[in-house]
Amino acid sequence: MSDADAGRTMVDIKAVHKSFGTLEVLRGIDLEVRTGEVTVVLGPSGSGKSTLLRTINHLEKVDSGWISVDGSLVGYRRDNRATARRASGKGGGGGRAGKLYELSEREVLKQRTQIGFVFQNFNLFPHLTVLENIAEAPVSALKRPRKDALDRARRLLDRVGLADKAGAYPKQLSGGQQQRVAIARALALEPKLLLFDEPTSALDPELVGEVLDVIKDLALQGTTMIVVTHEIGFAREVADTVVFMDEGRIVEQGAPGDVLDAPRHDRTKAFLSKVL
Amino acid sequence: MSSNTLAKTAPAAAGPPADAGEGQPRIVSRPRTGQWLAAVVVLVLLALAANSVIRNDAFQWDVVADYFTSASVLRGLGLTLWLTALVMALGFALGTLLAVMRLSANPVLRAVSWGYVWLFRSMPILVQLLFWFNIGALYPHILGVRTVDLFGPITVAIIGLTLHEAAYAAEVVRGGILSVDRGQIEAAQALGLSRLRRWRRIILPQAMRSIVPPAGNMLIGTLKGTSIVSVIAVQDLLYSVQLVYHRTYQVIPMLLVATIWYVVVTSLLSAGQFYVERHYARGSERTR
Repeated sequence: MSDADAGRTMVDIKAVHKSFGTLEVLRGIDLEVRTGEVTVVLGPSGSGKSTLLRTINHLEKVDSGWISVDGSLVGYRRDNRATARRASGKGGGGGRAGKLYELSEREVLKQRTQIGFVFQNFNLFPHLTVLENIAEAPVSALKRPRKDALDRARRLLDRVGLADKAGAYPKQLSGGQQQRVAIARALALEPKLLLFDEPTSALDPELVGEVLDVIKDLALQGTTMIVVTHEIGFAREVADTVVFMDEGRIVEQGAPGDVLDAPRHDRTKAFLSKVL
Repeated sequence: MSSNTLAKTAPAAAGPPADAGEGQPRIVSRPRTGQWLAAVVVLVLLALAANSVIRNDAFQWDVVADYFTSASVLRGLGLTLWLTALVMALGFALGTLLAVMRLSANPVLRAVSWGYVWLFRSMPILVQLLFWFNIGALYPHILGVRTVDLFGPITVAIIGLTLHEAAYAAEVVRGGILSVDRGQIEAAQALGLSRLRRWRRIILPQAMRSIVPPAGNMLIGTLKGTSIVSVIAVQDLLYSVQLVYHRTYQVIPMLLVATIWYVVVTSLLSAGQFYVERHYARGSERTR
């Protein structure tokens, strides 16, 4: 990422709604994330923060609203002709109207290669070695030569401090090591955006630090990230923006100093008083 | 020294075991008289049974030895082996397709797959073989060819056994696929792996761990199950020995010939299953 990109909108989320059956988990989310920034999403269980994260790479489809990453809609294509016709015929308000057409699976998969996702439970492939886990997507999704992908995988392993574990199987590693491999696997696609879904929640307390250190390191290098977490200290130290969600809505957002130290909403105050 | 003093003052019968001065106290197991007795009784019974089998001339072990490697028996064995291999391969290919259909989002494919498994698991294999054998009664000509020419005994055996096998294989494969953690599929999707690649590289290799043991069961079941084709005069292992004993009336020794061959092949397959299981268990905790 060059400095010229900094401050551009990387993720734009507009009026996103999502229900599972009768349960509405996202009730109109608007959020903007700028290039090079770290956004930390906090909130109680069931507040919809993980679902929101999963809509950004289309693991969940939205029911209404839209999400764009680096200028292109996630999972859909806007019908330009209809939009243009309505915009000229009915005036400015119609500009958002028209239809969104679902992209083919191939197109969705291509979009996903630009968005790295790190799961709470790592989801490493247990039957592949650490090195094969990292090189799999570059080889099969980006069609990189296998040798290049393996070389790059080794460099990424070195970067997360696990150069000596290339030939190990995931189950032979500690939870913290597995999550660091999962981060390296996400980085192997050279994504524009990294999404972390509670990356340390499945870890023993003494292993949390090593994973957060890797994420901090990425933040310092200007990686655009959205991190769903319960680690308030991490949010305070690394986040550019802290977002607090509850019951499918964003209750408040702002600089960590504001949201964490001087929350304006009672719900945020109540949550922080319990976790701090 | 101090522990010695303690040991002397401790009561002899009750209380925690004390250091007797010579290191750790020895543990004395309770006598297992009942177990020994049971083992002896079972061994004696086994010996009696073995003795009667060996000493009873009616078994005609010399006839067994004469025919064990005779050309017609070996031809029958060969047919049993390739028929088993072919039926397993075709059955699992069709079964995998059915399992994927059953797990698809398309309700029509799901229903068709379910219906297939329901129908072919409900029908006795013997009925099915006879049905295909007599298909000419329903369709005397297929594509201008006489049906009886098209559906010879071997063809009927392959079709009937494969369709039967596929219904069971579908459930075995489906169980294997369901055993793969949902997070694995999501991770593969998040990494942008294509649908085919997800199946081939991520889902099926992991599903194999749960598929191999029941598939091994099915392979052995099929090996012996192919003997049913003897009813439509396919010259498999069983039919070959039947041809002999219809001529010589040495029923028991000829059945023993077939049985011993089935046991030998089953033993080899069981050994092979061990290695296949070990291959697909790589990376799992239990193998290390």
